[in-house]
Amino acid sequence: MTGQQASRITYTLDSSLDSVNKVEQTAEQMARKAGVDEDDIFRISMAVREAAVNAVLHGNAYDPDKRMTASFENTGADLVIRITDEGKGLDPATLPDPLAPENLLRGSGRGIFLIRSFMDEVHFRQLHPGTELTLIKHLGAAPTGA
Amino acid sequence: MSMKISTRQVDGVTILDLGGRITLGEGSVQLRDSVRDLLAKGQKKILLNLGDVNYIDSSGIGELVSAYTTVRNQGGELKLLNLTRKVHDLLQITKLYTVFDVKDDEASAIASYAHA
Repeated sequence: MTGQQASRITYTLDSSLDSVNKVEQTAEQMARKAGVDEDDIFRISMAVREAAVNAVLHGNAYDPDKRMTASFENTGADLVIRITDEGKGLDPATLPDPLAPENLLRGSGRGIFLIRSFMDEVHFRQLHPGTELTLIKHLGAAPTGA
Repeated sequence: MSMKISTRQVDGVTILDLGGRITLGEGSVQLRDSVRDLLAKGQKKILLNLGDVNYIDSSGIGELVSAYTTVRNQGGELKLLNLTRKVHDLLQITKLYTVFDVKDDEASAIASYAHA
């Protein structure tokens, strides 16, 4: 299901890797259209991919009855991407620090860290049930140091 | 979109030439299976050539870490060769660059393995 108004696009998608790839590709196209440089296109599309993986895998747990929504908006000043799931909810304060020496060799747990590294703002909102992640990249901002 | 893997042997070291994407559902499982197969065959000196890997996500990074620890726990050595700038940057910000033994020249990488 797709709705479009002005420069905002919203997708409602099933909990699959195909959906993750679609969301990633849409973010890449949006960033490219907004004129950001290649490094930031990579960072934005990767952050959005990580958020979508989080929604589909950790939030909805591939449940065929649960949906992910992804909305993309270019406000002129910012690129704003919102990803929601229908899972149990995510409290970012409980996530282990992937840079801590005891976590460095873990095989997972870097997704939210990468999202925060690559975007200018990241906001979490509990939906009861589910989580909404809002990812914001300021247009014209200095490149992030990655 | 998916990852390509080819394997070759040089002076007792198994080189996995990887290309494409190492991501959840694409390259991650292939990489895990390839490393597991090598270990099952007793090939414990493994060099991952990432020169043609143009994209890796957190799942792919996690798979590199898991491969590294799995090989090390079995008494082997897993090293990385030819990182692209994107992969290099990702390993830097995740503080994994100093965990891995990273090489940029195949011949010296081969020579760096302990020879029993």
